[in-house]
Amino acid sequence: MDLSIAALLTQDGITNGAIYALLALALVLVFAVTRVIWVPSGEFVAFGTLTLAGLQLGRTPGTVGLLVAMALVAGAMEVAGCLRRGEPRRIPGRLALWVGAPLAIAAAIVALAPLQAHLAVQVVATLAAVTALGPLLYRIAYQPLAEASVLVLLIVSVAVHFALLGLGLWFFGAEGSRTPPFSSATFTIGAVNVSVQSLLVVATSLLLILALYLFFGRALYGKALRATALNRVGARLVGVSPSFAGALTFTLASLLCAFCGVLIGPITTVYYDSGFLVSLKGFVGAIIGGLASYPLAAAGALLVGLIESFSSFWASAFKEVIVFTLIIPVLLWRSLTTRHHEEDE
Amino acid sequence: MKPGRLAFLGLVALLAAVPLAAPQFWVTLGNYIGLYSIVALGLVLLTGVAGQTSFGQAAFVGLGAYTSAYLTTRYGTSPWLTLFIGLAFTAAVALAIGFITLRMRGHYLPLATIAWGISLYYLFGNLEMLGGHTGMTGIPALEIAGLELRDERRYYFLIWAFALAALWCTNNLLDSRPGRAIRSLKGGLEMAEAFGVDAARLKTVVFVYAALLASISGWLYAHLQRFVNPTPFGIHQGIEYLFMAVVGGAGSVWGAVLGATLITLLKQWLQEGGILMTLLRDGLEAVLPRGIVPSSNFELIMFGILLVVLLQRAPEGLWPWFSRVLPARRPPPIPPAEPLPARAHAAAADPLLDVRAARKAFGGLVAVNDLSFAIRRREIVGLIGPNGAGKSTTFNLISGGLPLTSGDVVFQGESIAGAPPYRIASRGIGRTFQHVKLIPAMSVLDNVALGAYLRGSTGVLRAALRLDRAEEARTRAEAAKAIERCGLAAHLHDGAGSLALGQQRIVEIARALMAAPTLLLLDEPAAGLRFLEKQELAALLRSLRAEGMTILLVEHDMDFVMGLTDRLVVMDFGEKLAEGLPAAIQADPKVREAYLGGVEEEAGA
Repeated sequence: MDLSIAALLTQDGITNGAIYALLALALVLVFAVTRVIWVPSGEFVAFGTLTLAGLQLGRTPGTVGLLVAMALVAGAMEVAGCLRRGEPRRIPGRLALWVGAPLAIAAAIVALAPLQAHLAVQVVATLAAVTALGPLLYRIAYQPLAEASVLVLLIVSVAVHFALLGLGLWFFGAEGSRTPPFSSATFTIGAVNVSVQSLLVVATSLLLILALYLFFGRALYGKALRATALNRVGARLVGVSPSFAGALTFTLASLLCAFCGVLIGPITTVYYDSGFLVSLKGFVGAIIGGLASYPLAAAGALLVGLIESFSSFWASAFKEVIVFTLIIPVLLWRSLTTRHHEEDE
Repeated sequence: MKPGRLAFLGLVALLAAVPLAAPQFWVTLGNYIGLYSIVALGLVLLTGVAGQTSFGQAAFVGLGAYTSAYLTTRYGTSPWLTLFIGLAFTAAVALAIGFITLRMRGHYLPLATIAWGISLYYLFGNLEMLGGHTGMTGIPALEIAGLELRDERRYYFLIWAFALAALWCTNNLLDSRPGRAIRSLKGGLEMAEAFGVDAARLKTVVFVYAALLASISGWLYAHLQRFVNPTPFGIHQGIEYLFMAVVGGAGSVWGAVLGATLITLLKQWLQEGGILMTLLRDGLEAVLPRGIVPSSNFELIMFGILLVVLLQRAPEGLWPWFSRVLPARRPPPIPPAEPLPARAHAAAADPLLDVRAARKAFGGLVAVNDLSFAIRRREIVGLIGPNGAGKSTTFNLISGGLPLTSGDVVFQGESIAGAPPYRIASRGIGRTFQHVKLIPAMSVLDNVALGAYLRGSTGVLRAALRLDRAEEARTRAEAAKAIERCGLAAHLHDGAGSLALGQQRIVEIARALMAAPTLLLLDEPAAGLRFLEKQELAALLRSLRAEGMTILLVEHDMDFVMGLTDRLVVMDFGEKLAEGLPAAIQADPKVREAYLGGVEEEAGA
């Protein structure tokens, strides 16, 4: 291996790592606030890419159907909940939020799809559509189980992963999509070719991480989520509703996943079932951060990207073996060096 | 006949009837349910009971299958021999993996299991000698006494013989000395170790046990199919095994069989043309507009949705729901039995416990600052002080729950500083906890019997084969006696979690007594007790002292402490403020100042 190949692999690794980092952040966020290990995050990534690809072809993406179906289910659950609690007067408000808003987004996308608008508009539409799925999913699958053990939540996550996988095939079809790069320009630093595309990916990731940092450090809602993550009961006592915190968390996390999907589209061909391995790698990064520390999770994801890139060069048949085996010593190190509270699950 | 045994016999009869009467399709289904049940049983023990989530069981199934496939096709080894070679190989791999990954706690472990699960899967698929992704064919059929088990109907009996044996062994194991210890792993390791359980070792044993069950299932699978490829040993199948355990009810061995049955049937019925699938599709097509019902992957969607709905309705799995319908089993009476062997006390050393300049610093905060005191034999010593004085920290320094920063703790003439809690427990120090640490779902009797862990010797193998009944009878008889002595005889078979908090503290004392300790450490034993209960507790502690026990207790109830103890040690800000007889302590101005904030001086000034 000479230096230029090493530089190329490093660049690849960092680009992939930056995407895994966003996923890792989403997973840390979801776990910290809701204790859900969000296995279906990968499906959200795939939906992101496939939605954008659909819009670019001037088709109505399958996301619209998913959005409508989930909004109707969530609406039905909300109505049932309001009736059970004897608060029928709140039904219109809840319906506006849980059914009206998603349907509005769906309608906007249906109107937008044939126009083949500017790329930026398509990206925004994609982000809106995929992001809206997050809180809906929380409302339908997780909110009724807010008090369940981590294990049960995990199993539910896997079940949701299966359901979304099936729905993905149905809504998006079996063929893969690859979106055109945002920029095909490259420039050279010394002997190294750097593509603008990968710079763009890394820059977007960094910006998003900075935005999250500001959100959690400065904004009231960010602080409310942090409080919930630290102490659910305590946060509840000062007025942070757990279902609100859960829905907000899933909104943020699905936004991050949607970004991942948009960014990963030009790098690799995405199929309806491509998300799982991607999210697993983000998950590994998240775990390196102990599902608690954002900067460490990002660093871990970067590490995963680099390991993956180099091992695919040296022994591509064993790429996954190497990535997942090398994780074990890292996990061990993390597990031994972090203090643990007594687990009361 | 007991309802449990009746249910078991009913199950056996039903199982036996399937291959005799049912069509081929049901026999095949029954075979797979049996194979899956064996793996899920291991997960019930590992995940449901011991709290260690594993996604990697399918990889162990693969180890068993591939070992036998490779040896029988390549070297013509007898399949009956490869069963044991496979078991030995799986045990070795599980030991190695367990040695590394079981140190991880919380969510590190499940992730690590995903990691090695995926790694092993890709290894199966990429090793040339194992046939790569296409797999290996030509695996010989099993033979019993010249009878070839090529027919699925015959094979069925073999699978279910193994499955029922696994069920019987696992059930036995849960109802035994190691079983109680395994259940205690979930309640936090601190409690388990305080009663002498070597948690790290026990976790490894459970992990290997679950891996061996998986390996057996793999061996059976390989010789049923007579063909293996990597697909059934991947991470998705590993997840599915966990599904079975959780959906069935991971707290009970029956949950494993129920879960394996349910998931297998569900997947079968959800297949294209399956009964449930047809019903759902027809039903949905009747109510929904044309073209909405998906044409592809409908079973995966429905499978996912049904599981979510199921767990939302029954988060504990289905077995608890089923067992409510079954007739409740009346706990059998406990026949009297010879007591367990008493602990051989080391030669009388006095003082019994000598704390020498013990120090504990958390970063810059010195919680216990060079504390020294000694306890003589047959004394009841009270450790008192305002909140935050360092009393519970001192307890943890003695019992090994926290490591000393400096100083020494000498018990019976030997230093116990730095020893792990389970070693200290085995030297004869028993304890209770400030925050009650019982296993809520386990009966009071079983919780208390856990205290005798160090006085028994039954291992996993003896327990699984039910060779432990004599020792078990003695343990239960003694536990019942200890509970009676503590005044809770009426609650013998109640779940420990259903008792009032004060009573739970008393259960903790009974549990500590079962260890027959030389020194008993009680952390706020009277908290939550009513007046009469406190008097009974004081009488109990006095009678224990009369029998030769030494007691150190932390307590805030001054009436209780003053009336009971022989001597008091007063702590404030991590240091010893005073030490002496209760009356002298009560009169000590320094102590009064610490408790009352120097009222007298201010009044005098």
